[in-house]
Amino acid sequence: MSDKAPIIEMKKINKVFPGVNALSDVDFRLYSGEVHALMGQNGAGKSTLVKVLTGVYRQDSGEVLLEGKPIRPDSPQAAQKLGINTVYQEVNLCLNLSVAENIFIGKEPMKYGRIDWKTMHRKAEEVLARLNLSVDVTRILSSYSIAVQQMVAIARVLDSASQVLILDEPTSSLDEDEVAQLFKVIKKLREEGMAILFITHFLDQTYEISDRITVLKNGLFIGEFMAAELPKLELIAKMLGKELSEFSYASRSDATRKEAAETHKANKTVLEARGLGLQNSIAPFDLELNEGEVLGLAGLLGSGRTEMARLLFGIDGADSGEIRVKGATANVSSPRAAMMAGLGFCSEDRKSEGIFAELSIRENIILALQARQGIFRYLSRRKQTEIAERLIDALAVKTPSASSPVGKLSGGNQQKVLLARWLATDPVVLILDEPTRGIDVGAKLEIMEKILDLSKDGMGVIFISSEFEEVLRCSDKVVVLKDKAKIAELSGDAMTEHGIMRTIAGGK
Amino acid sequence: MTSWISLTRNKIFWPIVALMALMSFNLFFTPNFFRIEMKEGHLYGNVIDILKNAAPIMLLAVGLTLVIATKGIDISVGSVVAISAGVVAMLIGGDLKGNPKYPIELAMAAALGVSVLAGMWNGMLVSRIGMQPIIATLILSVAGRGIAMVTTNAMIVWLYAKPFALLGQGYWYGLPVSIYLVAAILALTALATRRTALGLFIEAVGINPTAARFAGIKAKNLIFWIYTFSGLCAGISGLVVCSTVMSADGNNAGVGYEMSAILAVVLGGTSLNGGKFYLLGSMVGALIVQTLTTTIYAFGVPPEIAKVVIALVVLVVSLLQSVKFRNLFGGIFGKRELSI
Repeated sequence: MSDKAPIIEMKKINKVFPGVNALSDVDFRLYSGEVHALMGQNGAGKSTLVKVLTGVYRQDSGEVLLEGKPIRPDSPQAAQKLGINTVYQEVNLCLNLSVAENIFIGKEPMKYGRIDWKTMHRKAEEVLARLNLSVDVTRILSSYSIAVQQMVAIARVLDSASQVLILDEPTSSLDEDEVAQLFKVIKKLREEGMAILFITHFLDQTYEISDRITVLKNGLFIGEFMAAELPKLELIAKMLGKELSEFSYASRSDATRKEAAETHKANKTVLEARGLGLQNSIAPFDLELNEGEVLGLAGLLGSGRTEMARLLFGIDGADSGEIRVKGATANVSSPRAAMMAGLGFCSEDRKSEGIFAELSIRENIILALQARQGIFRYLSRRKQTEIAERLIDALAVKTPSASSPVGKLSGGNQQKVLLARWLATDPVVLILDEPTRGIDVGAKLEIMEKILDLSKDGMGVIFISSEFEEVLRCSDKVVVLKDKAKIAELSGDAMTEHGIMRTIAGGK
Repeated sequence: MTSWISLTRNKIFWPIVALMALMSFNLFFTPNFFRIEMKEGHLYGNVIDILKNAAPIMLLAVGLTLVIATKGIDISVGSVVAISAGVVAMLIGGDLKGNPKYPIELAMAAALGVSVLAGMWNGMLVSRIGMQPIIATLILSVAGRGIAMVTTNAMIVWLYAKPFALLGQGYWYGLPVSIYLVAAILALTALATRRTALGLFIEAVGINPTAARFAGIKAKNLIFWIYTFSGLCAGISGLVVCSTVMSADGNNAGVGYEMSAILAVVLGGTSLNGGKFYLLGSMVGALIVQTLTTTIYAFGVPPEIAKVVIALVVLVVSLLQSVKFRNLFGGIFGKRELSI
């Protein structure tokens, strides 16, 4: 494969942002008919490299060759014209337009100077059929799940005659079947001769689909490898620059778990839900969380994990049941009321429900604490900086200063800032909805380690993740959800991936 | 070099550059533009006129800056100016000897009270009913004209009660009283937003309302009170307008003021997308708008092309505010900036 010439070749790419060398002399090659995985931790420079390739950023130095000729796209549109198409990590679609309109936006089939709706709908169905997806293309996009939206985003670029397809975290919100479906499509496109650049944080997926792997770290080019010749552990080591022995810290040995269970027995219940439910959202459920305990919520996409969290934090008002915090009935009628009762909540959708991109890290961190204090008891600038810097330190947020805008941080660091916001309020119970979604392995481990630390200090944590392995690693007990209902609670020896899957498969 | 770059990135830098450019144009082309005379203990001159005439727009711009920071808009302020002017004029009354019907203080308080109610109405529609701000305030913008006409019985009411003229025509230590009023309102608003968490909450709500709610900010209440405050600012502005001309004209008072005030806010660097806001920038913006008008008159630009000239200057200032546009000229303005 390597004897032919690459379709894309990036040579000695450099890009500097204020205070950060985002890319230093990075090389990258992409071949037709190959899937090339770009791997690295948060801040490794993956997104920046892709943005240089697609014309979002311009490199400070270095050149990009397409079929041997230098190109310098100055916008994503220009890159598209060259046949370089991207599906971004956070789906960039118009939720209020129909599926067909989203696929053909900007290139609608025309007839007599007007949009030819019939052709457009037929063609949209054809394109989606290629992805084995059959939906009503005339319905608005927001009526479909994120998984379907992701497929539509891919269908949009499939439609045009592209030679290079860039998939930035395409699988982060897909369930297993959908991932398999997507991979089928990717493999088909590969056979058709498309060059595919694939960015993911899922190692298994990397090995399942890719032919070639390039690893970046802190903006440096670590190396290019054939997937078949690079053992998984070696890849992880290359990405992290850590020794393998250091990975054990986030998993609880049985001994510590038992020891923890002993201490919890003596502890009091900090959060209790009785018959809490909301029609068309989640069936009434009971929940009990002790001081210093981590409760994992496991289930497939759409099983009701997020709905459960939203109910507990008062985002959606429950129509039955009650919540008790530290034994006292809590009126959790709004996020504010939940916060006042001692709860904290990090949303899974950190971009639209979490961070304030233009505000500084400091302001993002102190916001919830300040909201609890009220408008008039304004924390002094010194106090704010002190809190922010303490938490930036504690969570190892990578930033030149506390006054940089949060929007400039990488996803994992934004997630840490969001976590810091709630830690600043010192909550009794912290609800974390997919805190590890879309961030790299290193940051994932750091966040999971932090969760364990917090629980050791007595905080009750509800941890939601789509990866059972992560849930099992952190949790003292696991609530399994299926089809918008709690179907089981596992603890002790039953807490295995196999156990969860068997519960879901055979559940009521 | 770095200090120069950080200076050019300061939001207030470009509006001030624009204002100074306008001023220096006058320095060379408009004779006596900067001449200030002392007459009867008052300062007279174009510069003083600009300050005095800009006062009503500046007052509106203070309220609108906060509204716009929450990603809202209030286009009813021009009508609220007319309502406030109408109420105060009717309560003072057109007695030729200058005897007010009700005490002037009471009349002013009543006018402000009505303006606050108008602001609460807007705030309720936007925050409780969830109406889009432009529609919600369009209602009062249209209906408010009618209310203003009703208060003055569709007539122009002339006032003769001397003490009331102080607000719009009076001088204090040589400067117009209205300027002190603007300075006081501005200072109070700046203190209220920057010395408490109010400013941070407003910006948070403007940038990401959902995240603000999840962080425990009472976004609805906040938005309600911001519109109420905008109503109050419009009411104060109405008092100044009425006092300046000593009359209330429900039909014409404050017409088009909302657009000038929005322009002032935007020229001052606050984005219509909400978020970060710049009160001082809005004041500079209002001065740019007023200086332009005064310059055009002083320079003798024919009225038929005056609007075109204003439009051109606005275009240039808006472009200077745009990071994207400045990046086109990376070499001139130093290193490229990143927009988020």
